[in-house]
Amino acid sequence: MTTEVLTQQAAPRSRVGIRLPDTLTRILRYTLYRGVALFITVVVGVYLTVLIANMGGYLDTIRMAQIREAAGMIVLTDPQLQALPPSELRQRIDEIAAIEIQRLRLDQPFFIRSLDYLTDALTLTLGRAEHLSSDSGSRQVRLIIFERLPATILLFATGNLTLFFTSVFVALYLSRRYGSLLDKMVIALAPTSAPPGWFYGIFLILIFASLLRLLPFGGMVDAPPPETVPEYVLSLIRHMILPVTAIIINAIFNSIYNWRTFFLIYSSEDYVELAKAKGLSSRAIERRYILRPTLPPIVTSFAFTLIFLWQGAIILETVFTWPGLGRLLYQAVSIFDVPVIVGSVVLIAYLLAITVFLLDIVYAILDPRVKVGGERRV
Amino acid sequence: MSTFLQNLKELTHYRSAIFGLFVILGLVVWAIYAVVAVPYDQAIQLWRGGEEIWGDYPKNVPPQWSAIFSGKNLPTTIVLNSRQGGEIRKESQEVADDMRTVDITMPFHYPFDDFPNEINLFLESKFQQRKPHLNIFWRTPDGRQIALGEFSIGATERFALSIDQRLTRRLGGLAPEVGLFADPATVKEGAKPVSLKGKYELVIEGLVFEKGSDIDAKLVLYGQVHGLAGTDHRRRDIMIALLWGAPIALAFGFLAAVGSTLLSFSLAAIGSWFGGWVDGLIQRLTEVNVILPVLPILILIGTFYSRSIWVILGVVILLSIFSLSIKVYRSMFLQVKELPYIEAARAYGANDLRLVFRYMMPKVLPVLIPSFVTLIPSYVFLEASLAVLGLGDPVLPTWGKVLNDAYSNGALYKGMYYWVLEPAMLLMVTGLGFATVGFALDRIFNPRLREV
Repeated sequence: MTTEVLTQQAAPRSRVGIRLPDTLTRILRYTLYRGVALFITVVVGVYLTVLIANMGGYLDTIRMAQIREAAGMIVLTDPQLQALPPSELRQRIDEIAAIEIQRLRLDQPFFIRSLDYLTDALTLTLGRAEHLSSDSGSRQVRLIIFERLPATILLFATGNLTLFFTSVFVALYLSRRYGSLLDKMVIALAPTSAPPGWFYGIFLILIFASLLRLLPFGGMVDAPPPETVPEYVLSLIRHMILPVTAIIINAIFNSIYNWRTFFLIYSSEDYVELAKAKGLSSRAIERRYILRPTLPPIVTSFAFTLIFLWQGAIILETVFTWPGLGRLLYQAVSIFDVPVIVGSVVLIAYLLAITVFLLDIVYAILDPRVKVGGERRV
Repeated sequence: MSTFLQNLKELTHYRSAIFGLFVILGLVVWAIYAVVAVPYDQAIQLWRGGEEIWGDYPKNVPPQWSAIFSGKNLPTTIVLNSRQGGEIRKESQEVADDMRTVDITMPFHYPFDDFPNEINLFLESKFQQRKPHLNIFWRTPDGRQIALGEFSIGATERFALSIDQRLTRRLGGLAPEVGLFADPATVKEGAKPVSLKGKYELVIEGLVFEKGSDIDAKLVLYGQVHGLAGTDHRRRDIMIALLWGAPIALAFGFLAAVGSTLLSFSLAAIGSWFGGWVDGLIQRLTEVNVILPVLPILILIGTFYSRSIWVILGVVILLSIFSLSIKVYRSMFLQVKELPYIEAARAYGANDLRLVFRYMMPKVLPVLIPSFVTLIPSYVFLEASLAVLGLGDPVLPTWGKVLNDAYSNGALYKGMYYWVLEPAMLLMVTGLGFATVGFALDRIFNPRLREV
């Protein structure tokens, strides 16, 4: 990743007065363009997911079974039909099911059906879960998934934002003190980012939950949940300490190392030398001449961290029994709840796309050279 | 080539890289040892084995070296078999027509500070119609004799002493594995009894009622520690998985890294050389691939199709071909493409493929090396992650599967730390080893990083 961002040289441009309408249209056009492009990529991604999930005919069997069950309910609960012999009842069920299958186009060739599934998956119309249910007792896949989403967002937003801001500021500090003991320590510790977050999670649980009995093994709040709001929040925080620490430990040294390397490279540019010669304060140099041109690559890099973390969530949440989307996917896998598996995968694809989209916009705002649709192309 | 070797030599200037090189070397030696010491088929057979292979192994016990921390001489497993001879005696005497006594005496020395984990007596007998009758005693070093039971036995019988309720009552409420070895002077209310060291004896007085009828016995005193790595919930020696985990992890990590890097490298070269729609297609596919949730897709495939490590490996490579690294390589190739030597090669009539594979790719190849080395551990951990999610290869013993077993059996809650720590430390060392070398290589091959 280092090399990638290094290749994107971003020289600062002096801002000769901001013309807001121009900037606004630029960003709006860019947003629209990226939104459409990303939506197409999501469609392709989800279509691949649907193809993978359907190759074994799983979606079909589920839907056929659901239709048969519904038809059976209609026939068996109809008081007028109860006098009929069982063989005839079965025939009635088959007839109703056949009509329904035709209506839902399940008798169509696979290509057409796969397009139907694609729209269903994209709108998360995945019907009912086979085994899992939401806390409110619903079997709707959409409800089950959306109920878990806030937990995941809470945990990962806290972890990643802390990680991002700490590492950028520590890196700025270190780039000023290049070669100091602290700096050397960070370089030496950078390889600790090789193991994933859940891996550090296991060690943290072992030390703080198992040995010291200071913090809970996992979960989101105590059981039973505390009744008053302050107690609830306190319990939530206690449960969040270990997973958030795992996220931070996993990535912090590597990202500090990467930022620091950047800042050092950019601070040896000629325009920084010139600013120094002009006698600007080091704070001003840092802000205007180092941080500003490096922001776009920093943001890109942050996006990639997020993307990897969304996926790492599955195992981190499993290890900490955190009731989020990742754990839901794990539970669904272990009891073979196909609609929930497909739904979670689709939602994770959406989350990845939204992450990329948001960061693209931020990128457009930060980098004046991004002028998609603008008249002056660089 | 000589600059390449020089670069590699430079690696020894980094202290952390030397550590990493040693780790990698150690892992390779470990992996070779594993493959030679326990052949593939045997390893799988052992790992999937049940009672017939692991019956004489204790359940969920830590490794022998963990006894250092307790400061006590913890018991190891003692197996006494009436067929093995030596001090174990089997005597037979004719009593009446077709009726014989078969007496088995099993003396053994017990030098340990603590009690066994569990005691099982496996009995076997040969007979046509009438079952042999047994009377079993236990003799302690101080001369006490404890009756263990009296019963008729079938062809194969397992007498689990540790869960025998009547024996527990006879021992004054102490669990048999404690009561049989406790020093009577230390048995007090509320205090933990101390084991009595010395020579014990298990006596089986059998009576058989047919010609050719016979009895054999095997006494297993399961230890509290076992081997170098301890055992798991299915009594398996974890060492097998720790040994075999190395070659599997290395093979998986290496193949996945080679496959994905080389393929995306070639694609980047082809794309940047031909440009136009080829380049555009590769670029767009890369953008789709960023949004594809790789791990969930692997989970889907593991759930629906196959958990075989080779299928997963193939899918991993496929999914990582169009990774973001293509963009990095592409930008390098775009620079190389304009260099004079390419122009010269084109002038003498080299065709496109020759230009891409013989001229462009070798020029950028060194840049691959650091990212390649840093990729290996990430794939090793990917395999472990899948195993932890319960999607590990159903046949192969891997580090991730040991972690998964430990996790699903609540090893951390029950304090069986060795079970988690052993595979975790191996994974950690592997990850750090490759990562340190990768970091050093990155600094060597990336001149811009070298100054800072």
